[in-house]
Amino acid sequence: MFDNVWLIPLFPLIGFLINGFFGKKIKNEAVIGGIGTLMIFMSFIVSCGILMQMIGLPPEQRVFEKVIFPWIHSGNFKADMAFLVDPLSAVMIMVVTGVGSLIHLYSIGYMHGEEGFYRFFAYLNLFCMSMLLLVLGNNMLVMFIGWEGVGLCSYLLIGYYFHKKSAGDAAKKAFVMNRVGDFGFLIGLFTLYWWFGSNHNIWTINFTEIKAASHLLPYGGVVTVATLCFFLGATGKSAQIPLFTWLPDAMEGPTPVSALIHAATMVTAGVYMIGRMSFVFIKSPDTMMVVAVIGAATAIFAATIGTAQNDIKRVLAYSTVSQLGFMFLAMGVGAFWAGIFHLMTHAFFKACMFLGSGSVIHSMHHALHHGHLHDDPQDMRNMGGLRKVMPITFITFFVSTLAIAGIFPFSGFFSKDEILWKAFSNPYHGSLNIILWGTGAIAACFTAFYMFRLVFMTFFGECRINPKVKSHLHESPLVITIPLMVLGVLATIGGFIGMPKLMGALPNYLEHWLDPVFELANEFGATYAHAGEHHSHALEWGLMGLSVAIAVVGIMIALTLYVKNTGAPARFTETFPALYRAVYNKWYVDELYDFLFVNPCKAFGQFLWKGFDVIVVDGVVNGVANVVMGFSGIFRYMQSGYIYNYAFSMALGVVVILGYYIFK
Amino acid sequence: MENLTGYLVVSAILFAIGTIGVLTRKNAIVIFMCIELMLNAVNLTFVAFSRHLGHFDGQIFVLFIMVVAAAEAAVGLALMIAFYKNKESIDVDNVDMMKW
Amino acid sequence: METLFFAIISLMAIVSAILVITCKNPINSALALIMTFFCLATYYVMLDAPFMAAVQVMVYAGAIMVLIVFTIMLLNIRVNATQKHSHKIALGSIIGLFTLINTVVLLFKSQPSSPVGPYTGEMIKSLGHSELLGRDMFTTFLLPFEITSILLLVAIVGSVVLAKKKI
Repeated sequence: MFDNVWLIPLFPLIGFLINGFFGKKIKNEAVIGGIGTLMIFMSFIVSCGILMQMIGLPPEQRVFEKVIFPWIHSGNFKADMAFLVDPLSAVMIMVVTGVGSLIHLYSIGYMHGEEGFYRFFAYLNLFCMSMLLLVLGNNMLVMFIGWEGVGLCSYLLIGYYFHKKSAGDAAKKAFVMNRVGDFGFLIGLFTLYWWFGSNHNIWTINFTEIKAASHLLPYGGVVTVATLCFFLGATGKSAQIPLFTWLPDAMEGPTPVSALIHAATMVTAGVYMIGRMSFVFIKSPDTMMVVAVIGAATAIFAATIGTAQNDIKRVLAYSTVSQLGFMFLAMGVGAFWAGIFHLMTHAFFKACMFLGSGSVIHSMHHALHHGHLHDDPQDMRNMGGLRKVMPITFITFFVSTLAIAGIFPFSGFFSKDEILWKAFSNPYHGSLNIILWGTGAIAACFTAFYMFRLVFMTFFGECRINPKVKSHLHESPLVITIPLMVLGVLATIGGFIGMPKLMGALPNYLEHWLDPVFELANEFGATYAHAGEHHSHALEWGLMGLSVAIAVVGIMIALTLYVKNTGAPARFTETFPALYRAVYNKWYVDELYDFLFVNPCKAFGQFLWKGFDVIVVDGVVNGVANVVMGFSGIFRYMQSGYIYNYAFSMALGVVVILGYYIFK
Repeated sequence: MENLTGYLVVSAILFAIGTIGVLTRKNAIVIFMCIELMLNAVNLTFVAFSRHLGHFDGQIFVLFIMVVAAAEAAVGLALMIAFYKNKESIDVDNVDMMKW
Repeated sequence: METLFFAIISLMAIVSAILVITCKNPINSALALIMTFFCLATYYVMLDAPFMAAVQVMVYAGAIMVLIVFTIMLLNIRVNATQKHSHKIALGSIIGLFTLINTVVLLFKSQPSSPVGPYTGEMIKSLGHSELLGRDMFTTFLLPFEITSILLLVAIVGSVVLAKKKI
């Protein structure tokens, strides 16, 4: 089965080629959507086969590399188109193809009747192929192709409604910000390659070879530089501070795109990349601290913004940024498996929520369209009381919300609790631990609050939609609700594969599963870790209880403000207008970036155009032309047009040249 | 032959006279005749050397030059007639269309 | 005797050449040129090349010069007294003078260096100039000889086109 790993990215590629080249002619939506979904589903089946086979092997044999074809061989440099299958990439391909298939299926219903239906599925398949290349690549260059490919698809899909200016702008913003990150990724790649090559004559970009040679890396120093560069790449792709502002804008794309790319898969690429190179990152304590701090800061920062947004998808977008912050926090405190665990559970519940919001928007859109109203179908202030008309959507959404809030026994509880516990108890960051934990806990509280605010505003209370069209609201078709139900189930039970040892009901499958991948990193970490403080089980139980309690507090606040005492939020905003406005406007980060980077760049560009290009470059070019013209203006009088003048010149030339040789 | 130098000097003089004619006259036909004069000066050199060195190569060259001169005469005079049709003159002063 | 003859012929050739470039009327120039050609034909005879002399008279004096004279008469160019020379007369003369100096200096500075061929004066006299020339012409130089026919053909077509069409 391992030998067939190349099939996994191939199927979506075939789907992309068919839909991309012939989709316009096929026209039949069922065929186009069917091809797209079938292709990714076949990848899923192959992935399942690989997972099954891997489970059957002893842990130390669970690494397999497959060279598809030699790609670039130049001197010392060697990069093959090759795939690496190990427990980490196995988890990732399962998530990508599994969630991907569900979202493809969902898209058939959601995108029904849209213009460019084939285009959507072609891009979606291309995206899946790139993402699979990213997670399967056995060297950094193949990973980079995937890395760029998903960025491109993200751009194409955010700008799917390209006739809308806001969508085009959002696409450009996402692309440019990703490019900033990619630049970091490349510099990191070069640094690592150069260091290994020049110091140890190991010219490689292959993960396995780097891993084998990683004991040569120093602690800190060049590794800090390289890993910080890689981390910059990760912040771009995974929407962390400082490069997070593109993700909320990316909600301009169709909702399935937000679910697949901007929640479940692409944005987790940064987390995956750190996991893949955990043995390099752990070598730099400084980078680990930066990762943890950025993660925690992003978690709380995005969570606060999420509390004041009214657009249902924007709330989810900030929630995604915040949850990604949790993942990076996990990576930064050395709990790599917990980060991957959260990545997985997050993929389930966040995809479910996005698809649920898509279902709501779909329904709202149809109702409003029917009544010829121009209200915003995504604005939660127009919703309310939808649980009665859309029971399946409501239940799945509610389950996912419980999961993200961290309520036992839903999946989010296990992963988030593990992250918080590791933030508190990890041996790397000393006194910083308590701050990291505190930040994470408060962010978790905010998470519970804004998610339940969303649920209450959308599904509870009075229906605030225009009464004329109320009767047109209805539950979505099966093709939409089936993925919701599957994801809802996964969001509920997905956490059991990573149950903490403390509970003891089930062994912690995922940690053991990922152990071979992160073993080396933990070994390196142990060399500089603080002497392991012993934390009592009571403390762990206590903190676990505390995190649930925090979530419940958040839920209660939301319940009070948005169900019981509905006037309270308005009073709150009146009391603290400045705070409200700051949060509502996302802490003015966009404006700050405009001021700091965009406007200076524009001014610089303007200068280069008006100053440098027009005066210097054009000046030189025109100047040369003018000089030539001036000289030729003088010399053209030599061209008298009279034959005897030309004959004279010729004869003179002959005489002079002959004379030179004769009298020489 | 002992008198080679004499022939070559005469040839040089004829050639120089032809050159002066080409450069100074303005009647196109006279210029044409001066060119023929220069060609003939070269022919004389060829024949003189041919005789002196005992080869016939030079004389065969002269025959070829005569062929070229004949062709040149045909085309050149046709050109002059065409030119005259346009300009009512064959003064090279009137041929100044390549002027700046 | 021969030297004197050579000097007289040389004088005639040079004088008539000067006449070519000084005569006001092109017809006079043409006649002077014919004179020069005859002088050259005489030289060829003196140089043991009677066939060359014959060709010189037939082709140059006979064909080309007739063509030129015909053209002059055909165009009926009036000898208008405006200007015979262009204004570059001094410069042209200087260039011509330098050409002369160059060639003469070259002449006296150097020796003809080439392997001496098989044909001597006696041989030419006994076997006949035309025959020897013909042997070379139709063996070694056969291909160029054939090519000249193409050149002549092109010249014929070209001159017809040029003279006929209204350009």
